[in-house]
Amino acid sequence: MLPRTLNDRQLTAVKTVLFLAALLPALQLAWAIAFDGLGPNPVETLQRKTGTWTFNFLLLTLTVTPLRSISGMHWLIRLRRMLGLYAFFYGTLHFLTFIGFDHAFDINDIAKDVVKRPFATVGFVAWTLMLPLALTSTNAAIRRLGGKRWQTLHRSVYAVGILAAFHYFWLVKATALLWPILYATLLALLLGWRAQDRIRRYGPWPALPKVQTIRFFRK
Amino acid sequence: MLIRRPADILPSEITDPALYAGRRRFIQAAAAGTIAGALGLPALAAPAAARGEKLPGVRPSQWTLDEKPTPYETIVSYGNFYEFGPDKDSPGKNAYRLRPRPWSVLVEGEVKKPQRFDIEDILKWAPLEERTYRMRCVEGWSMVVPWVGFPFSELMKRVEVTGNAKYVEFWSLADPEQMPYVRLPLLDWPYMEGLRLDEAMHPLTIFAVGLYGEVLPKPNGAPLRLVVPWKYGFKGAKSIVRIRFVREMPRTTWMKAGPDEYGFYSNVNPDVPHRRWSQSHERRLGEFLKRKTLPFNGYAEQVAQLYAGMDLRKFF
Repeated sequence: MLPRTLNDRQLTAVKTVLFLAALLPALQLAWAIAFDGLGPNPVETLQRKTGTWTFNFLLLTLTVTPLRSISGMHWLIRLRRMLGLYAFFYGTLHFLTFIGFDHAFDINDIAKDVVKRPFATVGFVAWTLMLPLALTSTNAAIRRLGGKRWQTLHRSVYAVGILAAFHYFWLVKATALLWPILYATLLALLLGWRAQDRIRRYGPWPALPKVQTIRFFRK
Repeated sequence: MLIRRPADILPSEITDPALYAGRRRFIQAAAAGTIAGALGLPALAAPAAARGEKLPGVRPSQWTLDEKPTPYETIVSYGNFYEFGPDKDSPGKNAYRLRPRPWSVLVEGEVKKPQRFDIEDILKWAPLEERTYRMRCVEGWSMVVPWVGFPFSELMKRVEVTGNAKYVEFWSLADPEQMPYVRLPLLDWPYMEGLRLDEAMHPLTIFAVGLYGEVLPKPNGAPLRLVVPWKYGFKGAKSIVRIRFVREMPRTTWMKAGPDEYGFYSNVNPDVPHRRWSQSHERRLGEFLKRKTLPFNGYAEQVAQLYAGMDLRKFF
């Protein structure tokens, strides 16, 4: 069982391990690029892998709050920024493969595709929404914005998740919906937890009165 | 009194040795693929396909294209053959289950003499030609394939097609024993594609029986498939078991799966986008940047007259 609290040294250790682990997919891709291991359609493989890892980290980021709340392991919150930034990192790689390999960095061409193709539009908007979140991820930015405003801004990560799910659905054929459905379900669970948590806390009905639990034994 | 001995194991309960071996190979390949994939080791990820038997007497064709063919390994390990799974690498991994011999093709419909042809006889219909064609997938990738085959019209010589026939249907095998994914409702099995009769009779339309001078590999639709180079790849039905001449335009498998995305004609057309992506460019396998897609996949000079007066946005 994981401890409910961590000291600074333990937290640094956890963060280091997480940082390296989160870098592994990128290293694997770099390896594959170097040793011709991306298969017959390397660009497609790169786009898929970076896209999948963006979504993975997005879901991991969104898992932190519920997991912390359920387990009481409050130190988890200290990992959320790194996970979010990794989502942005993989999202940016994903975006770069799109504008680089699909459109050879031709702005007109990119703009046309983004406007015309719903899945490209949605993907582009999702990446654009992540940009301000990444830029305001520093402690200084949090201080400057003030906690409340910062939090409001960062709730747009929910929109990023929903857009990512649509992006995924529109990308695949009707015959390959299994993964998009799986991802969308996970996302729905994570966002659903938040919804029920909010309703439970601030719901229209009065909160149940706190009842003193009966203690049979003195500690 | 007659005491009956309990029956020995029923023949139906004994696993066919080929299946057993197939299962082992499947597991080994899957395990190797997973481990190699996880470690990012390219060499183990795709088990090398065994090269096929050389086809005798293959001649060059005047219709061949002067472009560098895509490597053999790529052609057999990347493609769509949903009977073996929905991923691009599924056919390369799973098509070893296919048994292309013995094989026969039933020809029926608007013909005076419906008949069943044996594949060995079909191979002797005409001299085999090597035809290097462009192959453009509706998904936006393309390759250059040195097919071996003979024109569709060779079939016309052997069955008396009646004047009622306007279209021709090509039905693929759908045997769950050999093709595990036909158990899933990925598509409306068996797979069926069709052509207008004049399209089928065009000299560019061929039955392919080989690749790179060798017997057609299983992932590419052994033992007999259709190749219509100016249309998207899915128009070329694989592992054909039945050909039917009909009066009405057939509602093909892909038209059923997505009527607004897959039309009957499906000519390669950079000006008609797929509902979800542009068709203006394509990625030639092995190239990093996309190249422009050519009208009729570069065969406009030969085939455009087939569609004179037709609005190809409407008849996509």
